[in-house]
Amino acid sequence: MSMTIVKHPGVAALALLALAAPAGGQEIAPPEAVTAAIDSGDTAWMLVSTLLVILMTIPGLALFYGGLVRAKNILSVLTQVFAGFALIALLWVGYGYSLAFAGPGEGGLSAFIGDFSNVLLGATGPDAVAGSIPELVFVCFQLTFACITSTLIVGGIAERMKFGAVMAFLALWFTFSYLPIAHMVWAEGGLFFTMGALDFAGGTVVHINSGVAALVAAIVLGPRLGYMKEPIAPHNLVFVFIGASLLWVGWFGFNAGSALAANGTAAQAFLNTITAPAAAALAWALAERLTRGHASALGAFSGAVAGLVAITPAAGFAGTAGAIVLGAVAGLVCLWAVVTLKPKLGYDDSLDVFGIHGVGGIVGALGTAIVAAPAMGGFGAADYSIAGQLLTQALAVGVAIVWSGVVTVVALLLVKALFGGLRVSDIRESDGLDLSSHGERAYN
Amino acid sequence: MKLVVAIIKPSRLEDVRQALNSLDVHGMTVTEVRGYGRQKGHSEIYRGTEYAVHFLPKLKIEIALEDELVDPAATAISEAAQTGRIGDGKVFVLDLLAITRIRTGETGAAAL
Repeated sequence: MSMTIVKHPGVAALALLALAAPAGGQEIAPPEAVTAAIDSGDTAWMLVSTLLVILMTIPGLALFYGGLVRAKNILSVLTQVFAGFALIALLWVGYGYSLAFAGPGEGGLSAFIGDFSNVLLGATGPDAVAGSIPELVFVCFQLTFACITSTLIVGGIAERMKFGAVMAFLALWFTFSYLPIAHMVWAEGGLFFTMGALDFAGGTVVHINSGVAALVAAIVLGPRLGYMKEPIAPHNLVFVFIGASLLWVGWFGFNAGSALAANGTAAQAFLNTITAPAAAALAWALAERLTRGHASALGAFSGAVAGLVAITPAAGFAGTAGAIVLGAVAGLVCLWAVVTLKPKLGYDDSLDVFGIHGVGGIVGALGTAIVAAPAMGGFGAADYSIAGQLLTQALAVGVAIVWSGVVTVVALLLVKALFGGLRVSDIRESDGLDLSSHGERAYN
Repeated sequence: MKLVVAIIKPSRLEDVRQALNSLDVHGMTVTEVRGYGRQKGHSEIYRGTEYAVHFLPKLKIEIALEDELVDPAATAISEAAQTGRIGDGKVFVLDLLAITRIRTGETGAAAL
């Protein structure tokens, strides 16, 4: 069966239809909306996908990160992710959805951001329809993306930042980096949308966005005390395993759910979400065995995540073989980024958010141009040009990198001024944030 | 009275306990410790960052004994804890000045 891409499948088409949805509440819905059919299969699938992505953040990401830090800091990581999730969820409902997806499809600032016409979801009640699902389901699904993207950054600033400052920074970054980039990629009229950039489930919106932010934040904050001088080893790799597994399983909602329907595209995305990380995990493990002497558990887990990140923008566009190749390449490139690039450049991206999400996202975004080509078994349009698409992807990646980087710096400087410093004191950092920031011990 | 303190490899604990048991030594305290003597540590690698780990896990055993039992006990511990490889540990003998059994209040040799 041949599948050609409707230029911007799923998400963007939905955004367009969402604009036509009737206002919720007391108003009588116009006749066309009443006959807009909700497909219960699609709806059920999308609700499940939403749940899966929530699970990715809590507890998936929380434990993945938590196990990587020292015992004295685990609660701080869990709390930053947990509270971050809650905070971004509320902001999304408050104004995030509106700024990301509402607004005119052209004119004004529509290339960069939506508007405030749907604040607190005033225009979206339970009867609003987006495509074949209730619009509220779409709102929830997108909410989970905003939450995980923002909380991913926690990995770059772990073990040294003031809790309040973390929350304030996440709120600012979500508003000025996540929302515009999500709009640019997925909303009608968005800059990258118009350019024809391909991002099925958020390689750019989620991974490059947060990866770059984490890198910049890690540099601005400076390294942890004792970095490169004393051992700062993960305190519980079993948690890392549990977290990585939850991330992988949850990612099916992330990728296959981005088809916004229970159909063949979702099935292909689902399959690609199995094969790409599988190839990546084994590639990382094998390369590590050959170059460093051991195939490590942490390497296998990290490899899988790298593969998941890379397949994210290509999930519904890549054919079966393309996904496997993309996964393997991502596993190797991210291994290099983490093992060679990071020590060389000397930044303390505590939990390798840039190495895996940033670099993996870039590999994925650029790789999408190749694997989406019909010649490579992908589902691009008949007149697909790899070179042309590669340029488009590179452009989108470049803009996203710069945008996220600049917003991160500005947001951090603002928060620094507000909080009288971003980092806790040296003594508090040595005692561990669990005790000094939260007054608790994880293990008693 | 003496306090015999032994640092041994964790895997040797059960053999040491049985050896002391056959000498009718029935009480001991065990602590998990870390240390090194001539045994080098090892290195661990996490995502490409290599750490030299200098301290190795060991067990510290402490036993209070009357003087006559010290030599047999020290020998028993040594033999049971030995593997022949670097890092087997050491046995120390310290002077013990006083003992009290908390439950009954007995002191001295009666408290051993």
